[in-house]
Amino acid sequence: MNRTRSIIKILGKIEGLPVATVLVVLIIAFMITAPDVFLKWRIYMSFLQTVAPPLILGLGLTFVITAGEIDLSFPATVAFAGYVFTWSFKNFGESMDPSLAAAGGLVLALLAGGMVGYINGVIVAKLNVPSIMVTLAAQFFWYGVTVLLAGGLQAALTTIENNHIHSLFVGRIYGVIPDPARGRIGIPVQALWALALTVFLWFILNRHKFGEAVMFIGDNPNVARVMGINVEATRIQLFTLMGVISAFAGVILTLEMRVFYPTQGQGMLLPVMAAVFIGGTSIAGGVGIIVGTFFGSYIIGSLEAGVVATGISGFWVQLVQGLVMGGSIILNTLLIEGRLNVLGQRFRQWGMPVGTGYTPEGQIPPQSGD
Amino acid sequence: MVEKSDHPYALQMVNIEKYFGLVCALKNINLQVGRNEIVGLIGDNGAGKSTMVKILTGVHQPTRGELYVAGRKVDLKRYNVKTAHEYGIETVYQDKSLGEKQVLWRNFFIGRQITRRFGFIDVKKEKEIANEIMLNTIGFRGKGITVDSKVNKLSGGERQGVAIGRAMHFEAELIVLDEPTVALSLKEVRKVLNFVHKIKEAGKACIYISHNLQDVYEISDRFVVLDRGEIVASIEKKDTSLQDLDDFLLTYAHGLKDKRES
Ligand SMILES: Nc1ncnc2c1ncn2[C@@H]1O[C@H](COP(=O)(O)OP(=O)(O)OP(=O)(O)O)[C@@H](O)[C@H]1O
Ligand SMILES: [Mg+2]
Repeated sequence: MNRTRSIIKILGKIEGLPVATVLVVLIIAFMITAPDVFLKWRIYMSFLQTVAPPLILGLGLTFVITAGEIDLSFPATVAFAGYVFTWSFKNFGESMDPSLAAAGGLVLALLAGGMVGYINGVIVAKLNVPSIMVTLAAQFFWYGVTVLLAGGLQAALTTIENNHIHSLFVGRIYGVIPDPARGRIGIPVQALWALALTVFLWFILNRHKFGEAVMFIGDNPNVARVMGINVEATRIQLFTLMGVISAFAGVILTLEMRVFYPTQGQGMLLPVMAAVFIGGTSIAGGVGIIVGTFFGSYIIGSLEAGVVATGISGFWVQLVQGLVMGGSIILNTLLIEGRLNVLGQRFRQWGMPVGTGYTPEGQIPPQSGD
Repeated sequence: MVEKSDHPYALQMVNIEKYFGLVCALKNINLQVGRNEIVGLIGDNGAGKSTMVKILTGVHQPTRGELYVAGRKVDLKRYNVKTAHEYGIETVYQDKSLGEKQVLWRNFFIGRQITRRFGFIDVKKEKEIANEIMLNTIGFRGKGITVDSKVNKLSGGERQGVAIGRAMHFEAELIVLDEPTVALSLKEVRKVLNFVHKIKEAGKACIYISHNLQDVYEISDRFVVLDRGEIVASIEKKDTSLQDLDDFLLTYAHGLKDKRES
């Protein structure tokens, strides 16, 4: 019993393992219930493509939540950055090489996202307004700005497909995945960008001064302050980072769709938040689990397609999503706080007939003479 | 690091004044702390003790006044927690010294990490040194506490031990303890007091704030009494008994002194 306990302890220490397990179990379940879909490569390539933008957003949000803050404005930033990119590409493209125009659009979009985040950060850090209020207002404001600028219209980027920027960020790598049908299935490059960003941001959070400052601020800003961390500056940097990351996700989305919609990004708020929480990052702040967010995003991304593919009615999708989310979050909380033993003890105790030596507290009574 | 000197005082505060908006929290504060002196700072709730500590540790800027560390005048405009650390001033608070959910090794180096290029933390080195401090300075041995333990698994006394050990490791010349024993059991309080004795033995200075007069009396060389933002008394330990000190404070606490004077 002691050995199982220490195994549980060690497993609990591997970052993101519980969520990874949930994802594997889920995929196996889908393979059994919907083999036609889940035993083929195509569905996985589709996940890699659709999950990339919300995963990138989730990574940024993990930092924000670790710092004990929240950002509700990233959907608007996704839209705003998409607009800036589209506008730049079209206008620069008239007098410039299309790839250069797209690169310029990317830079401007990232700057625009950084600006949105910076303004959020300044209001949160300098004026001490809670971030949930600041970013809620920002969400309305920047979405409004985007709709105004775009005149409420979508814009097609018909010429973007042969662009270097397009291939670099949302192209396909062919020839890796076996492709029996003639469909030409390739790995979406944005998934690799998202993976690279996951690794990079893991190091920033867990191995860099900035990440440590974020964790301590989320833990207790007063401790951080008296230990010499510049709390205000770190908060501003944090929101700026979130803004830039959101803009990147926005550009990826626009490039992939080859259309800019003023409403792009809307509807991503809750799924992205859910992915972060499923991953084990706690709303209480102080602890951020990047690897968890990675797998959490894939769980959220595969649930809908998976449930539909199993053939049960689409009405079940949300219910199943809720179940999986709830289960993962409970599992995480218990594992991270090392309370799984307690749970095991409880189960054993409930299964025990009365009077077998287990006291109501679930503990073995002290030995005599102790 | 700022050069060490042979100046007789670890710290001097000259005519320090602090306003929070229109509220005057400190006025006309003049205080010297000798290089190997333990000063017990006492006073009622809201007297301004913590505010004073925060000024000399660089958390707050005073509205007026001068600060000297080891005889050198401090540029208060540029004085913050980091420069205070460089001057060798370290602080231990009741509950604000450690990040609860963070591992110990991070807590030892927060605010002054050992970094490689581009600000990445040298985790291996930090863990090594943290382990050293735990074994040699703090004396955690065989208690199942490692540098990878999280702070919220430690007892109150152990936490303060970590905070004081950290301060001593960074060669503090002056360690300020602001109510380090609140909510600790007697046994844990004893541990903290023993750490303060170690500070004295190490030849360093200390300002110790507590509402427990007995503790303050045991460890201090001198008592400084703060009342409504002003220093009203400075008494050497050899000139008073615990009983006298207690009586003296009671007259202040109940405002009896004002009545008697008027
Ligand atoms: N950041 C602040 N803003 C405004 N007023 C403050 C601030 N910090 C302290 N004060 C005020 O300054 C006065 C002194 O407070 P301080 O915390 O220094 O007292 P203290 O002696 O440490 O009390 P205690 O024994 O209760 O800890 C109080 O009236 C307090 O309300
Ligand atoms: Mg105080």
